Amino acid sequence: MTEHAIIMRAVNKYYGAFHALADIDLTVQPGERIVICGPSGSGKSTLIRTINQLEPIESGTIVVDGVELTAGGENVAKVRKDVGMVFQSFNLFPHMTVLENCILAPMKARKVSRAEAEKTARHYLERVKIPEQADKYPAQLSGGQQQRVAIARALCMKPRIMLFDEPTSALDPEMVKEVLDTMIDLAREGMTMLCVTHEMDFARAVADRVIFMDKGRIVEENAPAEFFGNPQNERLRNFLGQIA
Amino acid sequence: MIREFSSADILFIVTAVRWTLILSAIAFAGGAIGGLAIALSRSSQNRVLRRIATGFIQVFQGTPLLMQLFLVYFGLAVVGLPIDPLLAAAVALTLHASAYLGEIWRGAIEAVPSGQSEAATALALGYRDRMRHVILPQAMRIATAPTVGFLVQLIKGTSLASIIGFTELTRAGQIVNNATFQPFLVFGTVAALYFLLCWPLSLLARHLEARMRRALMR
Amino acid sequence: MYQFNFQPVIQNLDLLLFGAWLTVRLSLMAMLFGLVVSVLGAVAKTSGIRPLRWLVDAYVEVIRNTPFLVQIFFIFFGLPAVGISMSPNTAALVALVVNVGAYGTEIIRAGIESIPRGQIEAGRALGLNPVQIFRYVVVKPALRNIYPSLTSQFIYLMLTSSVVSVISANDLASAGADLNARTFASFEIYLVLTVLYFLLALGFSTLFAAIRRVFFTYPAGR
Ligand SMILES: Nc1ncnc2c1ncn2[C@@H]1O[C@H](COP(=O)(O)OP(=O)(O)OP(=O)(O)O)[C@@H](O)[C@H]1O
Ligand SMILES: [Mg+2]
Repeated sequence: MTEHAIIMRAVNKYYGAFHALADIDLTVQPGERIVICGPSGSGKSTLIRTINQLEPIESGTIVVDGVELTAGGENVAKVRKDVGMVFQSFNLFPHMTVLENCILAPMKARKVSRAEAEKTARHYLERVKIPEQADKYPAQLSGGQQQRVAIARALCMKPRIMLFDEPTSALDPEMVKEVLDTMIDLAREGMTMLCVTHEMDFARAVADRVIFMDKGRIVEENAPAEFFGNPQNERLRNFLGQIA
Repeated sequence: MIREFSSADILFIVTAVRWTLILSAIAFAGGAIGGLAIALSRSSQNRVLRRIATGFIQVFQGTPLLMQLFLVYFGLAVVGLPIDPLLAAAVALTLHASAYLGEIWRGAIEAVPSGQSEAATALALGYRDRMRHVILPQAMRIATAPTVGFLVQLIKGTSLASIIGFTELTRAGQIVNNATFQPFLVFGTVAALYFLLCWPLSLLARHLEARMRRALMR
Repeated sequence: MYQFNFQPVIQNLDLLLFGAWLTVRLSLMAMLFGLVVSVLGAVAKTSGIRPLRWLVDAYVEVIRNTPFLVQIFFIFFGLPAVGISMSPNTAALVALVVNVGAYGTEIIRAGIESIPRGQIEAGRALGLNPVQIFRYVVVKPALRNIYPSLTSQFIYLMLTSSVVSVISANDLASAGADLNARTFASFEIYLVLTVLYFLLALGFSTLFAAIRRVFFTYPAGR
């Protein structure tokens, strides 16, 4: 029985001598939606990238869905299959069609049959509202469409947790909404989500908790109403003043 | 009759570097003129000129330098000239260099943004002035690194002149080897001398290229 | 006035065509083995092991900054002095492999480095293992990126391979040299040889372009 989706305890991460994450403690419940914000270089990307071990950590414990990550390679592979990730720069595979992008990992990492994988893929492409683009190549799509494909690709692995690293900040303004709407839908369906973003309207609308990071630390975390209405930390107040 | 590999032999080989350098210089100078003509023809408005230049490049980049050398060497007799290794090597390497430099420089000319040519035309500059004062100076910056890189290829290419009997560095090595029968030492020395000529140029080419790339990124 | 005499060439065209086949075979074999050397070289160069990297760097620099003719002399005449003797054909193949391996190392390394980090991270985040990532995510785009350099390197190799005739290894240029020694129709022979090499080069670039159209026609982009 696992009550927690993610547990991070006393996590520390260094790049050489640079202390990128300092004593991070964070617990995420299943179905919880968390938004992470903070100034550039504060460690937001690093934090969510440790959850699927794109970044190894120096000390501390990370438990994802009951699986302890620090223990070794076997667990990392398992966790990555259950945790989806969406990147700022989409990172779709340019030599594969949209459909092929979506079925690669289910077939290779989950050993699902092609027919089954395609069925799932079409289902999720429908969900992100681009079923008609299945046979196009990424370069033939707009940025917003590419990011929705990236979301569908991650969902095809049927993950229990989704990580988003500034999914809208590489997009032209008119495409931000279509991606945010997709994410809001996902949130409504009860997906556990950790999302690095500066879209504060999104945070207000869907987040259960908002986390503010600075210099590798979690400085403040609160429900959106408190977080935005009554920020305690000085740096958070400055930060909110700047982005508002 | 086999004798020792002596300091006189080393001196003989080292002084033969002179001929490698002279041959390279002739071919480079000739190739610069030919290459400029080819590059300008290829990027000109005249279709016939463009075709001729393209064909020239295709032929010389699509056939072995060794065959080009033989063809010019035996071709001298065909046109009634005395068969002379230096002349043959100089002509063949010049043609070869013209083709390669022509292609490199065409690329450089085309890499200059078309707005430059349009702006110059709008300022009522004629073709000559446009090329001389606007396009070529900018193309030259782009072309420097690959041109230096080609120089390395040209110096190495001069070694093939030994096959038609011109005594430059490689043939000097063969001569000494025939007398001393120390192939490991002799060809090792010859290779080291080529390396001393070419390596600094390769490093320079790489340095120039890195600088160019940094300049472009700014 | 020079009297052209193509008779000897026409009568012995079959010898030359067979020579052309030998050149194609030699070049293909050299390219194949050369690619193996290149991949090993590139992996060694991108590996963190310092001495290995220096060794590969030295190899690449020495080969790229000395003439192929001197390399083949060194291998065929020089190496027997230290106990490594080879037949002309073997020496020719070895020399070509060593030569193309140095250029190929740089090409392959550039290909691997041309894949953005994000592509590999996306593969990892999707739960693919390193072998799967290499096979499904890296290989095709990397090949596409280096395909032009790789194919022009092959054609350059084929043209360079004419130099192996100096040690009488079997190839097109040697076939021509033999014919020349028997008939002395030198200019005509070398004219035809040149044309044959040109046709080979043309044929292979056409073939490569066709392969490119079939295998690498996904739209370029991020
Ligand atoms: N691979 C790396 N090597 C060295 N330092 C790194 C590396 N990756 C990140 N850093 C440093 O770690 C710090 C945190 O980086 P991170 O990418 O997590 O910041 P971020 O909060 O996501 O910032 P941004 O809003 O700019 O994306 C930064 O100072 C960054 O320079
Ligand atoms: Mg970031």
